[in-house]
Amino acid sequence: MPKQLIKGNEAIVKGAILAGCRAFYGYPITPASEIAEAAALYMPQVGGVFLQAESEVAAINMLYGAASAGVRAMTGSSGPGMSLMQEGMSYLAGAELPCVIADIMRGGPGLGNIAPEQGDYNQVVKGGGHGNYRTLVLAPDSVQEMASLTELAFDLADEYRNPVVVLADGCIGQMMEPVEFPAAVAEPRIPHWAVTGTADSRGNLVTSIHLDPDELEAHIRHLETKYRRAERKEVRFESWRAEDAEVVLVGYGIVARVLKAAVEQAREEGLAVGLLRPITLYPFPSVELRRLSRRALAFVVVELSTGQMLDDVRLALEGRRPVDFYGRAGGNVPAAEEVLAFVRRICAREKRAREYMAHA
Amino acid sequence: MTALDRGIVALDSEECKGCGLCIEACPPKVLSLRRLLNRYGYRPAVYAGSGCTGCGICFFVCPEPGAITVLRRGGGACQNN
Amino acid sequence: MPEYAVPEYAVVHEKPRSFYSLYERKPELQHQTHYCPGCGHGIAHKLIARAIDELGIQDRTVMISPVGCSVFAYYYFDTGNVQVAHGRAPAVATAVKRSRPESIVLAYQGDGDLAAIGAAEIVHAANRGEPFTVIFINNGIYGMTGGQMAPTTLLGRKTTTTPFGRNAWNEGYPLRVCELLASLEAPVYIERVALGGNRQIMKAAGAVRRAIENQVKGLGFSLVEILSPCPTIWKMNPVEAQRLVLGEMTEAFPLGVFRDRTKSATVRPAAPPAPPLAEIPRILGLTEGCESTPSQPAGSSDWRIRVAGFGGQGVLMLGEILIEAGLEAGLDVSWLPSYGPEMRSGTSNCHVRLSSGPIDSPLVSRPNVLLALNEPSLRKFLPTVAPRGWVFYNGTQLPDGCERPDVQAVVRPFTEIADRVGDPRAANMTMLGALLGATGMLTEERVLTALRRKVSSGRWLEIDQRALDSGIEAVIKGVSHES
Repeated sequence: MPKQLIKGNEAIVKGAILAGCRAFYGYPITPASEIAEAAALYMPQVGGVFLQAESEVAAINMLYGAASAGVRAMTGSSGPGMSLMQEGMSYLAGAELPCVIADIMRGGPGLGNIAPEQGDYNQVVKGGGHGNYRTLVLAPDSVQEMASLTELAFDLADEYRNPVVVLADGCIGQMMEPVEFPAAVAEPRIPHWAVTGTADSRGNLVTSIHLDPDELEAHIRHLETKYRRAERKEVRFESWRAEDAEVVLVGYGIVARVLKAAVEQAREEGLAVGLLRPITLYPFPSVELRRLSRRALAFVVVELSTGQMLDDVRLALEGRRPVDFYGRAGGNVPAAEEVLAFVRRICAREKRAREYMAHA
Repeated sequence: MTALDRGIVALDSEECKGCGLCIEACPPKVLSLRRLLNRYGYRPAVYAGSGCTGCGICFFVCPEPGAITVLRRGGGACQNN
Repeated sequence: MPEYAVPEYAVVHEKPRSFYSLYERKPELQHQTHYCPGCGHGIAHKLIARAIDELGIQDRTVMISPVGCSVFAYYYFDTGNVQVAHGRAPAVATAVKRSRPESIVLAYQGDGDLAAIGAAEIVHAANRGEPFTVIFINNGIYGMTGGQMAPTTLLGRKTTTTPFGRNAWNEGYPLRVCELLASLEAPVYIERVALGGNRQIMKAAGAVRRAIENQVKGLGFSLVEILSPCPTIWKMNPVEAQRLVLGEMTEAFPLGVFRDRTKSATVRPAAPPAPPLAEIPRILGLTEGCESTPSQPAGSSDWRIRVAGFGGQGVLMLGEILIEAGLEAGLDVSWLPSYGPEMRSGTSNCHVRLSSGPIDSPLVSRPNVLLALNEPSLRKFLPTVAPRGWVFYNGTQLPDGCERPDVQAVVRPFTEIADRVGDPRAANMTMLGALLGATGMLTEERVLTALRRKVSSGRWLEIDQRALDSGIEAVIKGVSHES
């Protein structure tokens, strides 16, 4: 396919349709509205359903309905809408229904603003809904990945029968870059467990209630087994000049793009700096972080938040190495130079520490 | 049971919860609660054994899906499709 | 279920076939429902199951069970079953029905579910005329949770959360759902019935059947509200509870048909058939675009451009033309807008990168090209321009305090130039022309190709082309005067 210049939000919808998605239920919200707009344009043309729901609460439950009926379905939203969808996501996970939710993060808390932020990490990655469940979370850092990770999201959602979130920010959603779409178009398939109003599916049941404690515990263990399998099989990350790095930067989404520029500038100054970009935020690339810690002296987490993924990096490293944090919030995106200034200080500190150890 | 009755009502004493709605509604008053408790501790409804008109009212007022079955001599107008 | 075979007698009423014969999903007591003695749910279930049998739709039926005592409706109905979150049945039913239009979707909801927490979902599903059937059980109480107030609880009635009786000043009035929904245009059929004795139940049977039959016929939204007894929570025996439905409940919630357009309603038009898969890339516009990298530009380039102005000056468009042309020229490109309220007024700017190597960050914090369409934009971004970078300013001279001897400034009255060639709004194109003329960033040919792709109006394309040319001309004529 020829290269296209489109917005990240539009790439999500095109990727979704190529992946066999035939239903979009959503509620407009800046900076995610182009997702709904593109879906409104294309879904009816490909034999799919587009419906602007009365709220995000309704939208996520419409996904529940479409998924129950065996249709690949998605929605797109941003922080405040994601908060409203948490109940539904818990039900979807509990009922083992696949669906894809794109979260184009904006500033919070409350109404916050519409500028890019990464403050939804906790509610999305840790699961803001009730109960023992996880959502698989993919974090694109380019318009190309908005398309390709959305396609992957549908496969993972079906494979694990679980909601998958494509977690991006206002920058990635709004920006335009060249995208190359795959030539293959996935054919929509009806899973065997779906309730479709046919003789074959009459015995099927979608539910999340298990009244008996033993039965519910068994169900939770079953979900847990799936999450453990995802942790073994689905971890994805990008390592950028990290192999010989003494200081490893960790960031996802638009931040990772800034960090790449910072790494290049640091390398020009002779600083051994690299980047680890988690592509899956859950499951988190903890093993890779620990592996890098054998050589790296320090880690610097950069986020558009006050430090949410930071906790996961710290948990992964289990105190093996110092973890520093550089965060901007409120919609500010740091410039590469700004991050570099911080990284220089960390490099200098580590150098002093090494020299001190050599003397001692 | 007498062959002269227009209907027969068959009650499942193990499904019945003894709510008494059928007894209240039965026009010929041929239903009553059994003195003997069933397995679950309910006093189920029982048919007197004769006098059923096969009207089917007990079936409709009964909240249990299968506790009451109504038969009618030679079938009848309100037969199930 | 026992079988009855008596000579000369035929079964006229029996357990409907749409119920499971044994409730195997139930952990215990599998031949009994979990409902209390005298509960209205059992009767309502029976009426629904009979209608399913009579209409011959068992295989097509999808039962949506709510939260409340009837959460376990799927224990009993031998149909497709989906259990959903509290109040959300209409949203789920909407999507099931739209996903599988041939299915018969029955949303079974209680009063707390439908009229309180799910009030928004039912109103909007009804307003869209979703062609499914809602069976709404109104017993004026929260049964499963142990007797709290429902939106339909009668005035004065004591519940665990209205220990002094429901008081209109505090809790408002019992909500009349049928009347509310009947104010909407789309619903086809709305009726309120009751389970207060045989006569009411027979009427209810007819209403339930009709509401489902409407769906079988492809008509729109149908809802039956059923006033139903809850003897346990009402603390009454089943016969007393039935009388309360017949009396007090029926007085507070008048029975009747609130909407009946079954004769005039038209069948919802079917969605157009799905196109063949092979057509989808074309539909998505994926077959258009830049096929390959035609001519790798000689040498390396790394343009970091900031375009800024006020909303309506075509700032974002200028950026889009640049990346479109850049991609054609074989460069890696990115475009990042400032978005949001700026779309409507105030300042607008975008980050544009054109690079012969892969682009790391799409953010341009140290531009080597600034295109400032107005003074505030110049003042805001001039300090960020890298030394030896280019600054294009829309004016006759740089304003006071904007001296940067270390940058190459191109100052032209771009709006006036655009006005002379057709429209002042083409100032973005005159500035783009100047950019091409001064820097040789891209060939005019490439930019024209991009313009043709982006601008659909023939009149505007002509103006833009003239503006582009005059921009190039303006800079070639006068570039030597600039510092």
